[in-house]
Amino acid sequence: MLEVKNLSTFYGKIQALWDVSFSIKESEIMALVGANGAGKTTLLNTISGLLRPTSGSISFLGKRIDGLSPHTIVEMGVSHIPEGRKLFADMSVRENLEMGAYANRAWKNKGETLEQVYRLFPALKERESQLARTLSGGEQQMLAMGRGLMSRPKLCIIDEPSNGLAPKLVLEVFQIIKSLRDQGITILLVEQNVRHTLETADCACILENGRLALEGTCSALLEMEHVKKAYLGL
Amino acid sequence: MYVVLTVSWVIFSGSTGYISLAPAAFFGVGIYSSALFGNELPLGIVIGIGGIASACLALLVGALTLRLKGIYFAIFTFGLVMLIAHLLLFWEINITGTRGRFVVLVDYNTIYYVMLAIMVVTLLTSFLIRRSKFGSALQSIGENEEAAVHIGINVTMFKVIAFAISAVFTGAVGAIMATRWTYIDPFIAFNPLYSFMPVLMAIFGGMGRLYGPVIGAAIFSYLEEFLITKFPYYYMLIFGIILLVAILYLPDGLVGLVQKLRRRITGGKYANTGR
Repeated sequence: MLEVKNLSTFYGKIQALWDVSFSIKESEIMALVGANGAGKTTLLNTISGLLRPTSGSISFLGKRIDGLSPHTIVEMGVSHIPEGRKLFADMSVRENLEMGAYANRAWKNKGETLEQVYRLFPALKERESQLARTLSGGEQQMLAMGRGLMSRPKLCIIDEPSNGLAPKLVLEVFQIIKSLRDQGITILLVEQNVRHTLETADCACILENGRLALEGTCSALLEMEHVKKAYLGL
Repeated sequence: MYVVLTVSWVIFSGSTGYISLAPAAFFGVGIYSSALFGNELPLGIVIGIGGIASACLALLVGALTLRLKGIYFAIFTFGLVMLIAHLLLFWEINITGTRGRFVVLVDYNTIYYVMLAIMVVTLLTSFLIRRSKFGSALQSIGENEEAAVHIGINVTMFKVIAFAISAVFTGAVGAIMATRWTYIDPFIAFNPLYSFMPVLMAIFGGMGRLYGPVIGAAIFSYLEEFLITKFPYYYMLIFGIILLVAILYLPDGLVGLVQKLRRRITGGKYANTGR
């Protein structure tokens, strides 16, 4: 579904990604793990069009998307839920969600999608008319995810959903991500919480210093010595 | 006149949060289109030219500079006003060999009705934009530009278009106002006052509702006239003091005050949940 080939991206003069290649199959959860500064967010931003790669290609459903602008990529069915939520703080929960359906493809059915999102996150329905800034951290993350889903994505990129959440909520977030996959949405998940991530996802890529270090199914990766030592602390 | 300037300023800056000090540039472009073509062409077309020329300038400037954030954008747009004024002065002195120009007179009734028409169109446009999908997009850019990119809004394009729309009305007003002044030169046309007044009036009136800038501009214009006639020497001083008090004690402008009062009457229970 998504194919990344020999991708290199620069931040100014500094190269942040070196020759990264991987692919995601439909209806699976691909996890992207790595330490701080390994290039995870850079990779996501390159896929969603916020950054331009200097070389390599990205194709989504067989079409090249590298070099397209972010709104075109959203329109094609890629939704990027950014790190740190980035909500419209002075808009209500409902307005935030409706704005999420801004893409033309999603705008027509936004009422219907809204119902689905409320079913997934009942807490948001209760707080419908509250301003986003007054929500708790967990609710804000729910809202960010809900807003991302409002564009009816085929591929949903989720950056650090568990960031700053209580352990119980983290589990809940992972449950929801699983249920999204079961609805047929492909997911690219970035996480620092390696154990949970590898237990939830189907496949994973490990980035180290901007390079792809390991790639494989989660069960295989969990068995590898290097992964155990460096990421699980065993 | 100030109502149009203020409302059109709010169309762009009120929602996106980009403070533009360019109105004087668009206003001046309007004035000069009137000075250049007022002799040959009918008034309606001259006003059209004023609006369109301003919009073109806005498209150009917008495309170049709307990447700038916050204060940098404000300063650049202000610089633009000065730049055009001085360039024009240079041109007039060295190439045309004059300093100012005469503008064809139009009778006051016509000016009044044309101004009224422009105002109605501006208000209508502002109202429609506020209710449209385009308006919510602008609002979301103002709230959080990065998030707006993430949900698939073509941020740059929307900003440039809104900037151009606000310039159309400012330019049109410039074109009609010029006919009242009869004589103009670059520093009359590109007077930075026309950049600052809309901003102040919008802040004074409050930007949360459509009527805010309208009330702000109306009260301000009357206040100005009143103070000029009553205290010709101190009017700027008094004006300044009123403005300071308004900004200190009415952060949301008159609109904020009205809403606060209304809330107090209906009961303070929801005081912090609404807007």
